[in-house]
Amino acid sequence: MTELEADTATRMRPRPLSPHLQVYKMTLSFVMSGFHRVTGFVLYFGIVLVAWWLIAAASGPNAYANFEWFMGSWIGRLVLFGYTWGLLHHTLGGVRHLIWDTIHGFEPAEREFLALATIVGSISLTLIVWVVGYLAMGGPR
Amino acid sequence: MNKSQMQTPMRGVRGQGAAHSGTSMFWHQRITSVAGIPLTIALVVIVIALLGRSHAAVVQILGSPIVAIIMLLFMINMTYHMWIGMQEIIVDYVHSNKFKFTSLLANTFFCFAVAFASCFAILKLSFGV
Repeated sequence: MTELEADTATRMRPRPLSPHLQVYKMTLSFVMSGFHRVTGFVLYFGIVLVAWWLIAAASGPNAYANFEWFMGSWIGRLVLFGYTWGLLHHTLGGVRHLIWDTIHGFEPAEREFLALATIVGSISLTLIVWVVGYLAMGGPR
Repeated sequence: MNKSQMQTPMRGVRGQGAAHSGTSMFWHQRITSVAGIPLTIALVVIVIALLGRSHAAVVQILGSPIVAIIMLLFMINMTYHMWIGMQEIIVDYVHSNKFKFTSLLANTFFCFAVAFASCFAILKLSFGV
């Protein structure tokens, strides 16, 4: 081994790592933190639906009919339902982070309450939005 | 080092951290998240109002000034928010320099493309042609 290789081998030695996910107790607040990033990641791609909607409307009746056909299919409805929940969950999760940014809500009970409010709120709001949506369309079709 | 200076010499060498822009991205993410709350509510209301309507009606409503302005604000705000968020995810998890560089580049291209295409569509709906 040359001097250079020895030096490289020393430098490439695995460095000590700080404790990561596995050392922490699983709490709802912990899970919601992960959900916030995951929903943000999925919404990143989900915005293509909104862009497709706008471009289809601008392109003409045929392009819009294709978009409506996809959204009317069961897979389209499922994707849109997921997008609705992701959007509302990320929005409520964001509000929770904004509350934390004001240095409020850090007590254990408050943290868990905010986490619970995020998940219960996002699921309830999603269901309300879909019920209102179906009512606006005059029932499921 | 000047005695009256609060900065350490190391701070000067390091510039403003790994991103060379200090905490501006953190702050911009907060600004776009606050703006995102009313804009998201507005998007949900607009989508519900347009459900099941004919193409002609959708074009007319989406192209009306108030709705078009809200949609433009939504798309610009969200694509910027997305761009910062995805950049954060990439620098957290992608450790290979080559792949980090290409994914950061792809992130920028994607966000710009979505923003530009959507804004173009909204403006076309608004101005006709």
